[in-house]
Amino acid sequence: MSKENRRKERIDRGIKVRSDGLYALLSWREMAYLIAPRFILIAGLLALPLLMPGLYWQRVISIVCIYAMVAISFDFLAHYVGLVCLGGAFFIGVGGYIAGIFNAYFGMPPLVTIPLAAIAGGGFCTLLLLPCLPLRGVYFAIVTLMYPLFMARIIEAFDLFGGTDGILGIDSFSSAFVEQYFVVGILLVFLFGLRRLVNTDMGLIFTAIMDNDQAVRASGINITHYKALAVFIASAMGCLAGACLTHIYMWSGISQFALDFSILPIAATVIGGAGTLAGPVIGCLILVPISELLRDFGTLRIVFYASILVAFILFRSDGIMAFAKRKYEQIERWTQV
Amino acid sequence: MKHNSNQTPPMLRMENVSKTFGGVAALSHVDLDVHEGEVLGIIGPNGSGKTTTVNAITGFIRPSGGRIYFKGKDITGKKPHKIADMGITRTFQIMRPYYSLPAFKNLVIPLFSPRARRTGGWRGGGNLGDRKTIAIDILEEIGFERDSYIPFKTTSTLPTGYLKRLELARCLALKPEILICDEIFSGLSMSEIASMVPLIERLQDDGITIVMIEHRLRELFQVANRVMVLNFGEKLVEGTPEEVMADDRVKEAYFGSEKIEEVMTYA
Repeated sequence: MSKENRRKERIDRGIKVRSDGLYALLSWREMAYLIAPRFILIAGLLALPLLMPGLYWQRVISIVCIYAMVAISFDFLAHYVGLVCLGGAFFIGVGGYIAGIFNAYFGMPPLVTIPLAAIAGGGFCTLLLLPCLPLRGVYFAIVTLMYPLFMARIIEAFDLFGGTDGILGIDSFSSAFVEQYFVVGILLVFLFGLRRLVNTDMGLIFTAIMDNDQAVRASGINITHYKALAVFIASAMGCLAGACLTHIYMWSGISQFALDFSILPIAATVIGGAGTLAGPVIGCLILVPISELLRDFGTLRIVFYASILVAFILFRSDGIMAFAKRKYEQIERWTQV
Repeated sequence: MKHNSNQTPPMLRMENVSKTFGGVAALSHVDLDVHEGEVLGIIGPNGSGKTTTVNAITGFIRPSGGRIYFKGKDITGKKPHKIADMGITRTFQIMRPYYSLPAFKNLVIPLFSPRARRTGGWRGGGNLGDRKTIAIDILEEIGFERDSYIPFKTTSTLPTGYLKRLELARCLALKPEILICDEIFSGLSMSEIASMVPLIERLQDDGITIVMIEHRLRELFQVANRVMVLNFGEKLVEGTPEEVMADDRVKEAYFGSEKIEEVMTYA
């Protein structure tokens, strides 16, 4: 085959039909082209605990997954429903305390307290956030930022659940292996579940509420109902992450309401790519280990950390995921003319 | 085509409805009856309270006084989604499509609503399993070319004519009983308006009661059975297009001292 009757062609051109979500696959190679990125992500996450040297770095991977759960719940609420929620720490804290209470006071095992914390915590957070649902944009963000502070001060002031000492003597997962694969598995379920959800008809309603809530009301749909549902989904995910955190540290206390849990997931979303769901996971995989590596620098750590963030925003402002997606779609192959 | 329904009780009735914003009376003591199957036009100069009337009927604002009845039921101050659920749908003067979605997915949202599930959507049919296909059917009927890319294009890239049709389609997906069009002709070219007029007539033939707010008087008088004129939030005249055109007060309010026929030639 001479070079004259061949030309380069983008692979995705042939298989994308009209709109997203519709593909025309003609060969196994095209199928592989679509599956490869998803496979790399799943296989990579599942292999990570095995590849990590020592217990310390394996623990870091668990923490990465916990942050990633909060980050994708933030990404879902902010970029698919239009509710910019800075209450990640609120979800983590509520979930953590519920798991702690049921484990330490009622003796339930982690595999019961974690789902329980997700459902009960999700309900509790949704109930408290219900009055804020008419708010939009930055106003919703400010009010939700207040919630974790509010909870921490109440627990401190009334000396609830051990007060500033927190709840001690909580069971851990039965082994490090179970712990890591539990959080990695849950993270993958959340990630692909949410990707599926946002493409269903109900997911379209969420997007429509973000685009134009008045038109949704004029279509005979109760927007408060759907906003509450979205907040429940996101907060249940956050609470589940908090419950896992409690069982990993075998302790729950007011530092679970610390603003780190609100801010780091947002930074990860910005770095990874807003509105992509997989982006925040990648962002957490970068940010959390970096922050661990920088521990040697003591208080200077925060300076390096901030510089890295600024550099990302300057040079990759649309996020890693958008960049990688663009590059992946530009991959070409030779075809016969 | 022209519809006469003086005997039947009104489908929609506004009684003594007022709305004040601060000290400004946007609507004062407006009475209005809309009969089943008719096309009612509401006209008036800018700021005369036309859109406020629509907002009051569809629940987007709560009237300061008066009552609104739909088929004998009091709907004053009900939430917008409740009123849409009863079958009163509206388009927006400033179009409100979901810009980030493709055109056909815009219609999945109303088709997902409780009313569409109950009625089976525009043209009925009951089974709403495949909302995307039904959405494309509705778009085709409203003037989107099915075999083109247009229904699949992102809404933000569509021209105004299609966005106006999309507004209408969003209402139709709910299988409305009353359709309120807020300036559906404005911003369209002459040929686009010319293709829109038969569409409105077809919808009337399908049994939908239509309320149209318009500045394009010539086209409105073609389709309307009855016209109400608002001025400074008050009802000035109500009657057939011919009566309204002949009324001196309307000429005075709307066009100053000019003759209405002269203005009509430019409108």
